[in-house]
Amino acid sequence: MPTILRTNTQSYNFEGLGKMEYEAVIGLEVHVQIKAESKIFTRCRAGFGYEPNTLVDPVIMGLPGALPVMNKKALDGIIKAGLALNCRIPEVCKWDRKNYFYPDSPNNYQITQYDQPICEGGLVEIELSSDSRASMGEHKRIQLTRIHLENDVGKLNHFSEDSLVDYNRAGTSLMEIVTEPDMHSGEEAFALLTAVRQIMVYCGISDCDMEKGQMRADANISVRPVGQKELGSKIELKNLNSITGVKNGIEYEIKRQTRELKKGNTIVQATWRWDAEQGRTESMREKEDAHDYRYLPDPDLMPVRVDEEWKNRIQSEIPELPFDKQRRFFEEYDLPYTITSVLVPDRDLSDYFEAAAKQSPKMAQAIGNYVTNDLLRELSEAGQSLADCKVTAEHLLSLVSTVDKGTITKQIGKDVFLEMFKSGELADAVIERKGLKSDFDDDQVKAWCQEAIDENSKSAENFKSGNEKALNALLGPVMKKSRGKANPQTVNKLLRELIR
Amino acid sequence: MSETGKIDIDYVAKLARIALSEEEKAKFSDQLGSILGYVEKLEELDTEGVEATAHPYPMENVWQEDVVSSELPVEGALRNAPKQRQNMIVVPKVVE
Repeated sequence: MPTILRTNTQSYNFEGLGKMEYEAVIGLEVHVQIKAESKIFTRCRAGFGYEPNTLVDPVIMGLPGALPVMNKKALDGIIKAGLALNCRIPEVCKWDRKNYFYPDSPNNYQITQYDQPICEGGLVEIELSSDSRASMGEHKRIQLTRIHLENDVGKLNHFSEDSLVDYNRAGTSLMEIVTEPDMHSGEEAFALLTAVRQIMVYCGISDCDMEKGQMRADANISVRPVGQKELGSKIELKNLNSITGVKNGIEYEIKRQTRELKKGNTIVQATWRWDAEQGRTESMREKEDAHDYRYLPDPDLMPVRVDEEWKNRIQSEIPELPFDKQRRFFEEYDLPYTITSVLVPDRDLSDYFEAAAKQSPKMAQAIGNYVTNDLLRELSEAGQSLADCKVTAEHLLSLVSTVDKGTITKQIGKDVFLEMFKSGELADAVIERKGLKSDFDDDQVKAWCQEAIDENSKSAENFKSGNEKALNALLGPVMKKSRGKANPQTVNKLLRELIR
Repeated sequence: MSETGKIDIDYVAKLARIALSEEEKAKFSDQLGSILGYVEKLEELDTEGVEATAHPYPMENVWQEDVVSSELPVEGALRNAPKQRQNMIVVPKVVE
């Protein structure tokens, strides 16, 4: 982890509304579904997009006599998340019932972890955006309070007269990642969510597809005068169901609270929701109902003991995490930030890059360029995934080496790539088939250069008298004469020699 | 800590979403109060240094592997629902 640690307190000031400066304090509750075949406390299928109420069984429907049994995969998943997010894993954790009445749960309680969660504490490294896409943003570490495991609840579809309940989602393994009130802007919350999502996907714990509800976030937001120690009254902001929604919703709410405080009004603790369409927050419950969940240990489920052997096994399954990979890519391959920032968030793409780059680290940057520009563009146009791609890492390496040797120009290399992408051939096969290889020697190139100089004597004169750009007017014609096959570096060198 | 044997019956009824008549309130107040009083006997014990226990039986790590077995057919799952539409359970409009 980097050592750059700075408290970034973004203050919001509105001219004409008073001189006092305010700062926001934000904590997030991030819910992440653990990817598993079956549900957390019963072996009925877990999934998204099925016909309503087809992924249910007696445990999900809370039928009398049905008993929950833990899913080992869910436990492995949360331990992995905890280790990847630098949490402590206590020896023993247990299950509790959170009692409440709402039709999203047929049981009238949710099985969760109250006072003994499976993961305690934790730290997440985040990257804030910088002024330019080409440079790395500031890194910070956000403290976690805990991560616990619980069952997800059913989904309500609201209509004008009534609501319809689908219990397919109920009982899906759900982690709740709780942060400390450690963030100060929508951007930091956005960065936290991005970092958590990347780590979850890297570790194979969850796909974190927010559109499928696999990742959801609520934010606790308060604003206080800069310098004040106590936190202001907090608003719990719900319905932040996209990553940009989190950013925009929080930014809006900070401005709203700041404006209220500046007007001399007070903030009443309450639950608000973000309306992404209207682009504003609105109150859901004016006065917070005093929730009394009457937590009690769940008598149906036994405690979980996590020993060192279990932890070590899971630890060994954790891959290199994104920021560590990025730092290594800087060091081992001397890649520019722009390439790493495209490669690193995608584990498969990074692996693909590295399979080629490892064999020829000095060509890493050229490989990175092909992967992040040409390959991604073609995949996206063809609607293909990397797994179906005909250009393997070996194939790409063959192309980059050929360009590096000067057999073909960079420009022709791009065309060869397109052919390789379509046919799945090696670079040499495409070059051979299309006759792209330079079929002339340097003397021929020299002759073309002389021709170009004779035909464009004015440009040659201009170059001679110090106008560097004038050389381009000569380069073009030579490339044309060689049908694009001449090596531009060679042409450049020869033109300079001939004019001088 | 509550006063021995006393219970806020209105609060408990509200939490349980149960409407009680005055008679019932008095009756259940007494009954629940005596249960509370009985449990509060435990306060007399010195539990200093005794670890809290969620389960009396020393059993841990009871789980199954992540293998799908079976689901209820949707007709069965909805059979107890007082009202249904489009294979979903109809409930009064509730916006949380």
